[in-house]
Amino acid sequence: MLISVEVNGTERKADVEPRLLLVHFLREELGLTGTHIGCDTSGCGACTVLVDGVPVKSCTYLAVQADGRRVETVEGLMNGGALHPIQEAFKQEHGLQCGFCTPGMMLTAKALLASNPDPSEEDVRWAISGNVCRCTGYMNIVRAVRSAAAQIGSQS
Amino acid sequence: MSETQTPIHGLGHSPRRKEDDRFIRGKGNYVDDVILPNMLHMAVLRSPLAHARIVSIDTSQAQALEGVVAVITGRDMAAHNLAWMPTLSADTQAVLALDKVVFQGQEVAAVVAESAYVAHDALELIDVEYEPLEPVVDPHRALEPDAPLIREDKPDQKSNHIFHWSQGDRAATDKAFAEAATVVSLDTFYPRCHPSPLETCGCVADVNPATGKATIWMTSQAPHAHRTLFALVAGLPEQNIRIISPDIGGGFGNKVPIYPGYVVATAASLLLGRPVKWVEDRTENLISTGFARDYHMTGEMALSADGKILGLRSKVIADHGAFNAAAQPTKYPAGLFHIFTGSYDVPAAYCEVDGAYTNKAPGGIAYRCSFRVTEASYLIERLVQKAATETGMDPVELRRRNFIQKDQFPYRSAVGWVYDSGDYQRALDLALEKLGYDELRREQKEKWERGELMGIGVASFTEVVGAGHGADFDIAGLRMFDSAELRVHPTGKAILKLGVKSQGQGHETTFAQIVASQLGIPASDITVVEGDTDNTPYGLGTYASRSTPVGGAAAAMVARKLRDKAVKIAAHLLETSEEDIEYSEGRFFVRGAPDRAKTIQDVAFAAYTNLPEGMEPGLEGVHYYDPPNMTFPFGTYCVVVDIDKGTGQWKTRKMVAVDDCGVRINPMIVEGQIHGGLTEGFGIAAMQLITFDEQGNCIGSNFTDYLLPTSWETPSFEIYETVTPSPHHPIGAKGVGESPTVGSPAAYVNAVLDALAPLGITNIDMPVTSDKVWAAMHEKGFV
Repeated sequence: MLISVEVNGTERKADVEPRLLLVHFLREELGLTGTHIGCDTSGCGACTVLVDGVPVKSCTYLAVQADGRRVETVEGLMNGGALHPIQEAFKQEHGLQCGFCTPGMMLTAKALLASNPDPSEEDVRWAISGNVCRCTGYMNIVRAVRSAAAQIGSQS
Repeated sequence: MSETQTPIHGLGHSPRRKEDDRFIRGKGNYVDDVILPNMLHMAVLRSPLAHARIVSIDTSQAQALEGVVAVITGRDMAAHNLAWMPTLSADTQAVLALDKVVFQGQEVAAVVAESAYVAHDALELIDVEYEPLEPVVDPHRALEPDAPLIREDKPDQKSNHIFHWSQGDRAATDKAFAEAATVVSLDTFYPRCHPSPLETCGCVADVNPATGKATIWMTSQAPHAHRTLFALVAGLPEQNIRIISPDIGGGFGNKVPIYPGYVVATAASLLLGRPVKWVEDRTENLISTGFARDYHMTGEMALSADGKILGLRSKVIADHGAFNAAAQPTKYPAGLFHIFTGSYDVPAAYCEVDGAYTNKAPGGIAYRCSFRVTEASYLIERLVQKAATETGMDPVELRRRNFIQKDQFPYRSAVGWVYDSGDYQRALDLALEKLGYDELRREQKEKWERGELMGIGVASFTEVVGAGHGADFDIAGLRMFDSAELRVHPTGKAILKLGVKSQGQGHETTFAQIVASQLGIPASDITVVEGDTDNTPYGLGTYASRSTPVGGAAAAMVARKLRDKAVKIAAHLLETSEEDIEYSEGRFFVRGAPDRAKTIQDVAFAAYTNLPEGMEPGLEGVHYYDPPNMTFPFGTYCVVVDIDKGTGQWKTRKMVAVDDCGVRINPMIVEGQIHGGLTEGFGIAAMQLITFDEQGNCIGSNFTDYLLPTSWETPSFEIYETVTPSPHHPIGAKGVGESPTVGSPAAYVNAVLDALAPLGITNIDMPVTSDKVWAAMHEKGFV
C-alpha cells in the first residue's frame, strides 16, 4: 500500500505491507531508531510517538493508519540546533537512567504541555501513567516535566 | 600548558550525565538499533506445554515459505555439538529442545528469514507433536519421592533435588533456641518475580566467513565473562570473539545469564555467513528469561525475656525451575542468603537451603540484588516485626536492643561475614525523626479506636555487595575481580576503559568523577569506554551492586598509579626531588613553595615530550582490583500506610528512606538509584508476580498480567543519608543501586501487617494485593 506520512516535518512516501506497524516503519524503513519497542502490546509506552499531536503507541498502530497524518518522534524534538525544553529538563533533573523509556516519555510530556501548560504533580503523574519507567521511580520525570513547563512558560 | 578553568568535579559533585546527551536526542545505540547490511532475522518457536515429550517436529512447510533461509531444531544444533550449553550454576540447559520440553516457553526451534515478519510467519508453519507429561509446578511436590522426574537428560539425576546447602553452627543455634524465653516463627513465600527491564534481551551476531571473527552485539551485563563462556561452549578461539554490549535498556540481573537465543543466532550466522538479529518480544522475556526469588522460607528467632535475639534459624525450599541457571558465585548455591542475620548481633545462626527443579522457566537471578540478599533481608526484617508483635515490644525498640553497635565494626557475624562498617542506630534515628514516628504512633492508636486502619512499617537492612574477594567468589570459575585501564593523552584529556558495564547507572559520568578525584583531570575531559571486549580490560561485569565497590576501586587505583608517575615527572619539570612534591587537586607543587607548581595537564604533556632520563614514556596504566572484602551498605526505610476497610486497598501515605552507602560519588545519581530501587521494591511488595496454573502455564506473560508500578501508583519518597565510609575501599564507597530493592519490600509489608496486627493477622505473602488484605480481614470477622 502506498502511504504518505509527514514525519518530523518531512513528507515520507513508501509502499508498505498493510500489516506493517508504525514503529517498524519508523525504525526499519526510515532509520529513526529513537522510538523503542518495549512490550508489543501497548503496555509500556516506550514506542510512544505523536500522531497529529496525540500520543500513540506505535507498536499497536499500523503504518497505513498514519497515511496523510503528521507523526512526530524524538528525532523531531530539537528545534534547529537547540534542545527542546523538555529534553533539557530531563537532563537537568536526572529524569532518565537507561534512556529506553525516555523518547516516549518526552513525547507524552510534550502532548501534555500542549494542552496543559502548567500541570500539577498529579496532572503529570496521570498523563505519563501509560509510560513505564523501570529505572527512575518517576519522581525526577515529574520534576523534569514541570520544570520544562516553567521554562516554556517563561519563554512565551 | 595553562591551568584549566574547567571544574574538576570529583567526589560529591553532581555534574549532569554525559550519556544523557545521546539518550534525550533518540541517539542511543541499543542492540535492536544495530542494523547491518545483509542482515537476517531470527524468531524462536517455544513450547506451549510445561512438560512433554517431543514426538516429532515437521519444519517442511516453514522451510518452504518464501523468505525463509533456515529452520533450526535441536537436532541441527546437536550436529554441531551445540544442543546443550552450561549455565552459570554448572548445570546444562537445552539450547533447542531435543526429546522433551521442561517448561512453557522453552526454545524448540528457530527460523532465520529475510525479515522478522517472515520469520514469525514461519513459526506458525512448524508442526510439533507433543506427548504431554505431568507438570510439576510446586517445589514441595517436586521433592516428593513419587514426583515425575524432570531432568531425565542427566544420567545421575534420580530426583528433582538440586542441592542442599547450609551455613552456620547448627548445634550452637539449637542450644540458643533451647534456652530461649520466646521463639517466634514465620512461614513466608517470597514469590517469583521478573526484573523486566524495559528493553528485552537480544543480539546481533555477525560471524565474518573470511576471518572467522564473531562480533556479537548483545544485551549483556557481563560481556567479558560471556565471551569466555562463548569460547568454551562453541569451541571458538576467544580472541576471535568480540562481544559488544552497547547501550543497555535496563538490566536488573535479567541480562546476566546466557540465553539460548544468543547461541542459536551466533551459530546461524556462522553457518549462513550473514549477520543474524534476534530480539525477543516481551512475552518471551517474561516466560523464558531469568526470573528472581521463588523462595519458600521458614524462619525462627529465639529471644531472651528482655528482647535480645539469641539465635536464628531458617529453612528454605528454593524453586530454580527446570534448569539450574541461577547466577550465583560457585561456592554459594543459595547466593549470599547467609547474610540473614541482617543488622543484628545474633550469637548463633544456622540456615539451610534445598534447591528443587520444577517445570518452570529457569533462573534464580539476582534481580536488583546481591545474590539472594533480598530474600534474606526480607526474612529477618519480617521476623523482627513479628517478634515485636508477639512480645508486645515496639519494633523500633526491638531493633535498637539488637543492632550491631558502631564500636563492634569490623564485626564478624555468626555465619562468618566480616561487616566492614556501620552505624545502624544513627540511620534509624534519622529515619524516625524525619518520619515523626512518635506522633504517628499516637495517631495510629486514635484511628484504631475509631475503627480506622493505619500502619507503620520499618526495615533496617544491611546488604553485602561488591563481590569478590576472588578466592571466595567466582562465576563459573572466573574470579570476581574487576579492572580499569586509564590512558592520559598528551593534551591532558583521558580515556578510561572498564570491565564493568552500565545499564543506566551512569558510569560514563561517575567513573570519570572517580578518576577526576584522584588525578585532578576534570571529569568532563575523561571519556569512559565499556562493554566492548576487544577494547576494554577483562572484568566480571555489572550486577550485584559490584561496579562501584570493585570497578570503582580499580578506577581509583589506576588513577593513583598514574599519579605516582606524574609526581616523578613533576619533580623533573620543577627540578626538585620526588620527595619534595606534593599533590592537591590536579596540581603538583614544591613543598613549602606552592607557587612552584605544574598541573596534571603540564605533566601529561611532558610524559610524551620531556621525560626524565630513562623513564618509560607515556601516561597509561591498568589495574585489576581484587577486593579484600565485600562492602556492607545499610539503612532504615519507614513506610506509613492507610488501609481502606471496604476494599482492602492500602496506600502509602509517606515513605522515608535513609541510606548509608559510604562516600557518595555523584549524589544526584545516587538519589536516582534510590528512587528507582524503592519503586521496584514497591512493585514487588504490591503487584509484581509471576505465577503458574496447575498445568504450568505462566500467568504473567505480558504487562497486562504482570503488573509494573506506573507513575500513578508509585509513591513519592523522602530520602536522606548518613555517611559511614567503607574502611577498605580506596574512596570509601559502597554499592547503592540495590539497597532500596533489598530493604524496602519488608518495610511495605511490615506497614500493612502493623495496621492489621490488632486483628491477629501476622502474614500476607507478597504481592500484598487488596484482595488478599480484604480476605485476611474478612477471615478475622473484621469486615
